[in-house]
Amino acid sequence: MKLSRGLLAIAVAGLIGVTQVPAQAQQQITGAGSTFVYPVLSRWAADYAKESNLQVNYQAIGSGGGIAQIKAGTVDFGATDKPLSPDELNAAGLAQFPLVIGGIVPVLNVTGIKAGELKLDGPALAGIFLGKIKEWNDPALARLNPGVKLPHERISVVHRSDGSGTTFNFVNYLSKISPEWKEKVGEGTSVAWPTGVGGKGNAGVAAYVQRLKGAIGYVEYAYVIQNKMTWTALVNAAGTTVKPSAESFQQAAATADWSNAKDFDLVMTNAPGKDAYPLAATVFILMYKQPKDAARAKTALGFFRYALDKGQQAAKELDYVPFPDSVVKQIEAYWQASIHAM
Amino acid sequence: MSSAAETDTALSSSPRRRASSAAAGDHLFRLLAAGAAFLVLIVLAMVALSMLYDGMPAFRKFGWHFFVGTEWDPVTEQFAALVPIYGTLVTSLIAMLIAVPVSFGIAVFLTEIAPTWMRGPVAIAIELLAGIPSIIYGMWGLFVFVPFMSNWVDPWIDANLGAIPGIGALFSGPPLGVGMLTAGIVLAIMVIPFVSSVMRDVFSLVPPPLRESGFALGATRWEVVRNVVLPYTRTAVVGGIFLGLGRALGETMAVTFVLGNAFEFSTSLLAPGNSIAAAIANEFTEAETDMYRSALIALGLLLFVVTFIVLSLAKLMLLRMAREKGT
Repeated sequence: MKLSRGLLAIAVAGLIGVTQVPAQAQQQITGAGSTFVYPVLSRWAADYAKESNLQVNYQAIGSGGGIAQIKAGTVDFGATDKPLSPDELNAAGLAQFPLVIGGIVPVLNVTGIKAGELKLDGPALAGIFLGKIKEWNDPALARLNPGVKLPHERISVVHRSDGSGTTFNFVNYLSKISPEWKEKVGEGTSVAWPTGVGGKGNAGVAAYVQRLKGAIGYVEYAYVIQNKMTWTALVNAAGTTVKPSAESFQQAAATADWSNAKDFDLVMTNAPGKDAYPLAATVFILMYKQPKDAARAKTALGFFRYALDKGQQAAKELDYVPFPDSVVKQIEAYWQASIHAM
Repeated sequence: MSSAAETDTALSSSPRRRASSAAAGDHLFRLLAAGAAFLVLIVLAMVALSMLYDGMPAFRKFGWHFFVGTEWDPVTEQFAALVPIYGTLVTSLIAMLIAVPVSFGIAVFLTEIAPTWMRGPVAIAIELLAGIPSIIYGMWGLFVFVPFMSNWVDPWIDANLGAIPGIGALFSGPPLGVGMLTAGIVLAIMVIPFVSSVMRDVFSLVPPPLRESGFALGATRWEVVRNVVLPYTRTAVVGGIFLGLGRALGETMAVTFVLGNAFEFSTSLLAPGNSIAAAIANEFTEAETDMYRSALIALGLLLFVVTFIVLSLAKLMLLRMAREKGT
């Protein structure tokens, strides 16, 4: 009896003690969406929390999930790799602006081929992913790579098994340069791949590529650097062979026609510049034009201003590419015009 | 805490009051127990009904073709479930074909053959396998087992069994390493601890006089197991097998690592495929359109129905066995 009364007293005291913890005077904004942007967004959130009093809570549930959550109004911003059209944005009352650039790089695991040794162009990539080019020593590939010893190995295609913005940008590029791909498969965050195995997430694709002989897959640039994977160079729309790098991604962003894109509805693949990387991709943030809570929206925009400005160094450290100044000014002008929170 | 005082009070209250309070308590207990049982049934029914409601648009749009078609195209919104259904059934079948004999062997070894000092540690080691999270199995499968399969086992199978006329198509194909055979084997390893522990527990419950009388009549160890132990324990053994089968049917993370997640129908066991649980886990968060979501929920309902059918068949089989043997 004495013991249980004592325990009861301790429990009650504990409960009262817990409720006495002073509530932190910290603001919070919530977001959801693309996994592509998650590493740099969480780094920005951590850095920004030190200088402001803002906690950014981001759930990387995928671009489709992000779009659904912002349309349902359960988060302050959504992040998507696939831009919404101006009609769709108007219907939902959303504004859209780009935040950071990354690149998608084809990676391989072919006997005897080292990083950067192989060169592929759009039609070759489409042929491989359509299942029409089945072996590494196919004449189409040999023609592009004179002097490279291509082994007689079967090509194992690796794609994403989950719906993803990375996939969307990749198949968007393939649709642009291959009418056969556009007709047979089309574009979307999930498509009916003609051939190949699916890995879950960029990590899954990277793991499969590293384990299957003769494999080719596509992963984000950050992955290639951090896992030291065997990447390929690509031939862009201008005919130049470009390597994936911050410079070639930035060239793609600079030459992409942002000024004529209403609501920034532009996918940067197959950019026309001379040294532009053809598989550069960007992440878009969705926010309400007339937010229910203008103060929260203003706080969120403060965070994004930080990301576009002081966060550039952190983005570069994580192998993302910040926007050139001209585009940043365009984005800030768009905020003034479209988002009624200032 | 004076029991004498309590007994006095009990004796001094009238018999009718005692009986009615006891009956009221008993009645309440019966209500609570029945309520708990019905709660489970109600939750089950609600799950099934909500999945049916959300999956109805997909069934209405695709009709019977949903069960036999192989296309899964989110872009044009054409969905058909044959590939995941086939993958789920085949991987589970392979898993059970491997797991049941092995578990049986483990159970017989631990109850009949092993020296007493060995039984405890070996049993614990096998049960530890059951505690390993399934995603660890997936990672081990992908990093260790898949290269083993693709370097040693798949080429051997393709070369030697692929040429057999008729069933050769089951065993031919490029040695990717990921595929239905690999997934089946990984599932078998995950299922063995469950099946073997049920079998072992129930084999050890066979009354020693029963077994010893078999030995006394001159039966060999195998004959005793086959003719005395197994018939005595068949209900629990079948229950254990179906417990394992249930786990194999629903397993998600381990399968998605080693099955290849390819929506392609292939008769070869060496080819990658897809399973219902893996397909839903991979695609649900990014399923933006209503029809896509509805197709995935319809898949989930199919898994629910398949599991239900399998368990009902198990029950029916047990009833028939009981009737035949007259127990």
